[in-house]
Formats: sequence, C-alpha cells, structure tokens
Amino acid sequence: MSGWLGLFGDPNVRWILFGCMLLGLGSGVVGSFAYLRKQSLMGDALSHAALPGVCIAFMLTGVKSLFVLLAGAAAAGLVATFGIGYITRHSRIKQDAALAIVLTVFFGVGIVLLTQIQHSGSGNQSGLDKFLFGQAASMVGTDVAVLAVISCVLVAACALLFKEFKLISFDPGFARGMGFPVAVLDHLLMLLFVIAVVVGIQAVGVVLMAALLITPAVSARYWTERLGVMVALAGTFGALSGLVGTAISASGNNLPTGPLCVLTATAVFAASVLFAPGRGVLPKALRRFSARRRLARSLAEPAEPALRKEHVQ
Amino acid sequence: MTTLWILLTGMLVAASCSLVGCFLVLRKMAMIGDAISHSVLPGIVIAFLVSGSRDSLPMLLGAAAIGLVTVFLIQLFHQGGVQSDAAIGVVFTALFSVGIVLVSAYTQHIDLDLDCVLYGEIAYVSWNTIEIAGIALGPKAVWGVGIALLLGVLCISLFYKQFKLCAFDPALAAAIGIPVALFHYLLMSLVSITTVASFESVGAILVVGMLVVPPSTAYLLTERLGRMIVYSIALGCVSAVAGYYAASLLDASIAGCMIGVAGALFVLALLFSPSHGVVWRRWRQRRLAEAHRLEAH
Repeated sequence: MSGWLGLFGDPNVRWILFGCMLLGLGSGVVGSFAYLRKQSLMGDALSHAALPGVCIAFMLTGVKSLFVLLAGAAAAGLVATFGIGYITRHSRIKQDAALAIVLTVFFGVGIVLLTQIQHSGSGNQSGLDKFLFGQAASMVGTDVAVLAVISCVLVAACALLFKEFKLISFDPGFARGMGFPVAVLDHLLMLLFVIAVVVGIQAVGVVLMAALLITPAVSARYWTERLGVMVALAGTFGALSGLVGTAISASGNNLPTGPLCVLTATAVFAASVLFAPGRGVLPKALRRFSARRRLARSLAEPAEPALRKEHVQ
Repeated sequence: MTTLWILLTGMLVAASCSLVGCFLVLRKMAMIGDAISHSVLPGIVIAFLVSGSRDSLPMLLGAAAIGLVTVFLIQLFHQGGVQSDAAIGVVFTALFSVGIVLVSAYTQHIDLDLDCVLYGEIAYVSWNTIEIAGIALGPKAVWGVGIALLLGVLCISLFYKQFKLCAFDPALAAAIGIPVALFHYLLMSLVSITTVASFESVGAILVVGMLVVPPSTAYLLTERLGRMIVYSIALGCVSAVAGYYAASLLDASIAGCMIGVAGALFVLALLFSPSHGVVWRRWRQRRLAEAHRLEAH
C-alpha cells in the first residue's frame, strides 16, 4: 500500500496521473456523442489519419515541437473527416467503408512519408513514430498542461452546447426545423472530436485513443436511458480508466500506460455488461427467472375468474 | 528474382483480400478487417509464449483462433444491443491492449518485435523461404497467401449463390432456409484466415487497405456482384504492381505506396465512374437542365 501512496508523492507521476485522468474525462464525454451518432470508429480512423499530417508538419518545419506536430495532426484529421463526409454524401459507399478507405489510404501515405523522412536522414527524426504509438510515461509538465487545458475546453464546450448536441444527435431533421445551424454544429462536434483524438494519441497511441473514445461511452449506455447521465457517467468511467491504468503502470511493473488504461476501461465495460440494472446480463437473467417462477406459480393455482364463470353456468 | 516474388506476393494478397472484401463492403462490415488485424496480436503472442519459437505455424493458428474469437465477441455484443461499430471498437482495442501488455510483460528479452509483427515488411518476403526435403519452394509468404486465396476461391465459388443472397438480403436468405449465421461465420473465417496469412508477411495496413479499397472502387463501377469481384481483384493487382514501381521510384515503403495507388484509383472512380462518378453525374444533370430549358422555349 505504501507504494501506492508513494506514487502520489512523486510529482512527475502525479502530473501523468492527472493528465491521463483528464484525457479520459474529455474523451469519454465527446465519445458519448460519437456513439449516439453511430460514429464510434471515427476515432480510430482519425487517429490513423493523423500520421501524414504529423509527417508533413515535420517535413515543412523540420522541428519536432509538440505544437507543430499537433497542428499537422489536427489538419490531417479535419481533411479526413471532410473526405469521409464527401464519400458518404456523394457516392453509394457506406460510412463504414468510407472510414476504412480514409483510414488505410491516409495511413499508407503517412508510412510513405515516414520512410521518406527516415531516408532523407535528417538527424532528429527519431521518435516521430513514438508520437503515434504514445508514451504517457514520457510526458512532461508542459505536455500535461496542454492536455489538461484541452480536456477542460472539450468538457466545457460539451456542457455549453449540451442541448444543441443532444438535438443533432437524436433528431437532426427536427433541429434544422427549429432553426439551429445543424451543419455548423456538426462540424463543431467533429472538430472537438479531432482535437480529442490529436491530444490523446501522443499520450496513449493511435489504436488505444479509439478505445478511450468508445469504451466508456458504450459502458455508460448500459446504465441509463438519459443523455445527461450517460455523458456524466462516460466522463467518470473515462477518468477512472485513465487514473487506475496510469496508477497500475506507474506502480513499478514496467507495463505501458496506454494499454492498461484501455484494459481498465474494458473491465468497466465488462462490469456494465454483467451488472447494469435494466440492460445487464445478470439482472436480465434474474428478472426472467422470477417471471418464470411467477408464471409457474400462477399456472399451478387455479385461476379465480375461470372458477366464477363456472358458478354462473 | 526478388522483384518477381514481391510482385507475386503483392498480387496474391491483393487478390485474396479483394475477393472476401467485396462481401464485407456489401454487408457494411468494412471495419472488421481492421479489427481482426489488430486483435490477433494476443493470439500471436500467446502462441509464441506457448510454443517458444518464432515458427509461423503456431503463430498463424493462434492468430486465426483469436480472429474468430473477435468476430464472435463482436456478434455477441451486437446482439446484446450495442451498435455494431461500437462493438467492433470495444473488442479490438481491448484485445490489442492485452497483446501489448503481454508483449511488454513477457517478451522484453526475446526477439519479438512489435513493429515487425504488426507492420511486416513486404520487401523481405523473398528472404523468408521454405524448404521441404531439401527442395527450395520459394517464399513462405507466397505459399501462405496462395493457400488462403485458394481457400477463398473454393468456398466462394462453391457457395456463391448463398453468399450473394446473404450479402444483399439476409432476411430473404433466412426465410428460404439458408443458414445465414453459418455463412456469416464462414465468411468471417475466410476474412480471418486471409488477414492472418497476409499480414505477417506484408503488414496489417496493406491487408486492411486491400480488403476495402479495391472492392469499394469496383462497387462504384458496376451493378453486378460477379463483375464487382473480378474488377476488384484486377484493381487490387494493378495497385500492387503500380505501387511496387512507385515505391522503387520514390525509395519509400512498398506497402504504403500500394495503398496509395489503390486510394488514387478509388478517387478516380469516385470522380469519373461512368455510372456513379461525381463529375459525370453533375455533367448529366447540367445537360438535362439545359434540354429542359430548350424545351420550355
């Protein structure tokens, strides 16, 4: 136990814990809307699509500064969302195929650019791929500060525009009829999404960022039928995953942070699937069992109304 | 010789992926390939830990088994009320994390490079050969992917009608007594085998791309399933060959260039396909509007 307490004493670890927790919170909140809009895998596609953006940003500037790379990743993410939207709107390709196409083509181009950078031999390119596979443990104070500020912005934006986002998630046609700028809100939500993905990939990596967006939201959906509660729960689950995953990783067994956060989120998901009242597997089985017993009992006893009928005759 | 083997491997991967990819695109399950190619990681690691060797066969078996587990779990959650894309996302990221944790927990001192497993390099296929009874039989990848392609062709040509009906109208298929679930799992096994057989030698990204991009391009070019399959295999092979030469010209990643070419072909089809292209459709609309205006005069 003293090891656990000692963790919180180490300022560096405290920063990383704080950062991963906020990241989980922000991505859980944004991910809820993505889940309801059936765009869960958008996070996966966007995080892969960031690679060419990172490479081009590096090629143009030649520096490996966090802001330049983040800007490149965000630009590529926006181009990718535009591409996915264009393909689904202007052809008969469905959204899933459009996502997969954009993901693979962008990532393929990104790999080509990465090999170009490696062959061109500019000395300080090493670590560019680390940017994509995530290294929470190497985050320093400024990285965490950026992460914290952006996560707060995400949560604040979702809180301020909660009503609007709720409406466009459930009934965009009605929202348009009410006079809301649906296209603008759509793009704003996508922008928040891109931002969440871009700040997340440097902490937990490409694949695992997708998990932080999806898994808390799906888990939260099991517990409630109300959007407000769901978003709050998803944020809590995300923050919990970030916190517990980082704590386990930092407690000294040398396991990577990102996967542990995802596994914590998965454990929460498994618990939700099993135990959530209403939709969980166990409560459902219990209800079915008790209903079956009630039915058996009522069949065993002679029914009252039928008896009365016989008397009348 | 190296060039020949790389081209052959690339074309075999393209053909086998495009073949099963057509059905994935039609059934709106395009992201399954991406999911399987990530989630097989724990299977590979466990097979490696159990067998203690980097021999391909146990790894392939482990990977294929986990691939099927992935598909089963996705189906399970989907039937439990989770949206199918979210189910895919939850399952593959969880399994991938298990894989990474296993790699970093147990294989730190052993030569199992994560990058190599996930991003196998097609440039090296010709050095990884097999020999049986002292006779050199060529690269292992060619055999693995060739067998996967053969299996795919065999299954799909045997049950073409059933696969077609399940792809377009599963409800009707179920109503006339076709075991839809069985064919779903058969297709998923084919996807799993194809993915696993290919990605060890050419890298996950090439497999995922070839599963989706050429079939989608073909989907924009024709209205008939038979032609769509033929077109997508042809497009896949063209991308593989052109990508290889582009890569040697640019001195860049071969898999990346192959996907890049496939993507370029897709964009061409998106814009200029005779039946579904954006440009032609707009042009036709303008001509119709003009004819209408002339009539009105």
